[in-house]
Amino acid sequence: MNGLDQIFVGTGHWIAGLFPVYVQPLISAALEIAIMMAVFGGCFALTSVVERKLLGRMQNRYGPNRVGPFGLLQPLADGIKMLTKEDIVPFSADKTVHFLAPLALSVPIWLAFAVLPFGRNMSAIDLDAGILFFFAIGSASELAVFMAGWSSQNKYSLVGAMRAIAQMISYEVPLVLSTVPVLMLAGSLSLNEIVAAQGTYTLGGLARWNVFTPWGLAGLLLFLIAATAESNRSPFDLPEGESEIIAGFLTEYSGFKYALFFLSEYLGLFAITGLAVTLFLGGWHAPFRWLEWVPSWLWFAGKFCALIFLFVWIRATLPRLRLDQLLNFSWRFLVPLSLINILVAVAWYWSGSWKSPVALPVRWVLCAALVALPYHWLAQSLRGTLPPPRKYTYAE
Amino acid sequence: MDGAGIIKGMIETARNFAGSYHDEARLTTVQYPEEKLAPVENARTIPFLVYDGAEALPGLRCTACMICEKECPPQCIYIVKDTVKKPDFVGKMQMQPKVFDIDISVCMSCGICVEVCPFDAIKMDQVFELSTGDRFGGLLLNKTQLAKPNDYFNKLHKTEAAEIDLRRVEEKQKAEAAAAAKAAAPAKPPMAPPPAP
Repeated sequence: MNGLDQIFVGTGHWIAGLFPVYVQPLISAALEIAIMMAVFGGCFALTSVVERKLLGRMQNRYGPNRVGPFGLLQPLADGIKMLTKEDIVPFSADKTVHFLAPLALSVPIWLAFAVLPFGRNMSAIDLDAGILFFFAIGSASELAVFMAGWSSQNKYSLVGAMRAIAQMISYEVPLVLSTVPVLMLAGSLSLNEIVAAQGTYTLGGLARWNVFTPWGLAGLLLFLIAATAESNRSPFDLPEGESEIIAGFLTEYSGFKYALFFLSEYLGLFAITGLAVTLFLGGWHAPFRWLEWVPSWLWFAGKFCALIFLFVWIRATLPRLRLDQLLNFSWRFLVPLSLINILVAVAWYWSGSWKSPVALPVRWVLCAALVALPYHWLAQSLRGTLPPPRKYTYAE
Repeated sequence: MDGAGIIKGMIETARNFAGSYHDEARLTTVQYPEEKLAPVENARTIPFLVYDGAEALPGLRCTACMICEKECPPQCIYIVKDTVKKPDFVGKMQMQPKVFDIDISVCMSCGICVEVCPFDAIKMDQVFELSTGDRFGGLLLNKTQLAKPNDYFNKLHKTEAAEIDLRRVEEKQKAEAAAAAKAAAPAKPPMAPPPAP
């Protein structure tokens, strides 16, 4: 179990050991950076083609199947196309900011990967306030998006950037609030300790993942909805709504700068998916005790891929929201529900000391009702904000 | 229940996803360069010139009347009249084009040239693989490139071509009858009995 599980860690130590002691920290840091960029860069290339193939299949099409076997070399062709395209900067654009925006977007997103634990002993930095670091770094992307929109001197870019700001700030709140129960019950802001808190097993060898509790399940759903909006993905892709504002803040970008935006968008999705796995799905832990022999990084990769599939599935299914629907949904539904979810977690924590054979089912029913009833009421009130059904006088 | 619609939609896409792998009939797309759909009868791309008989240029129906050139909204047709006339299908002497060019990079496939042509000489084609490396010369078609036989027109637009052919046969018969009557006319009056006063 240990050999395969620690193969990357062991190899890294071995390579670092080849160098003199005083450069070893530098070498191991460089190795971690190189591996992370290679793995997630490759992940981006693969996702860009697999997502299109899955979307195609979900819409009864083939998807890209021309370049290479099963179209798998498509990212290579896309990359060559992006690199050889002319890099156009609008005449009236603020050249410096226009140039800096893609960099300002992609650098923080790479940094966010530093705190994620990808396997046993496999996190680049074990920060005590890892999750705070993650959200602090993640919110820097809003600035970059607005830089891109403002510096382009284009009305579509500006409208796209305004939408992006409104959306990202609104959804940052439920995103952070839905993680609060996890932090409260794990008692730590360190992602490694949050994973360790989910590493024990309960009845039948089932892992104590947060998602197997009422507040955890609700928290995961809230987190995923907010994460979809944070990474500008359909059905919350208003900032790039191509049917209304061409490409939003990306309108004036071409060539490699556009590719950087595209890359950052997917990397942001990967980072936030990794965080969802870490917070709610037990990180790199196996779901059952008897499955512990599978390497930890494989578990992480499996859960990661499943969540990415879910995001693609949602994208293939749901149509884009209107801006008022989007903001109503966040402020009148997600924010109150994630606040209530914190109270549900508190109830779950207090009722943990009950000593009774029926304690677990009772706790489950109680906590599930505590989150399901507000869900229903909030959904009803949200329905009240919709305009009445339109009456068509002439068109039937 | 709240959110049931989303779940229903997700199930539908999941069924498409699984179904597209085992049920080929679900896939609505065609693998284009290998597999091609037959164009529908009313499909139209760019105009072409119809000719009768075996040879293209002598058989052109076009009489260089310039109506299509004047009517063409993006003005992609360029015609120069020839000085030599040639007989048309009923034997009447008609003008013919010396130059007939269509710039298909300008053509917007509206079909107005076809609507206005009184001689059924210009019709809409259904070719669409027109890409070329030379975007100026390669997309400017002359009358040799544009000329296509009536059989080809019959193959593309069956109904329309059959009507036109029938009408042309009738016109030809009428013209022949008229010619015969004209030829017989000088001989006729003496033979006919004078009407009773």
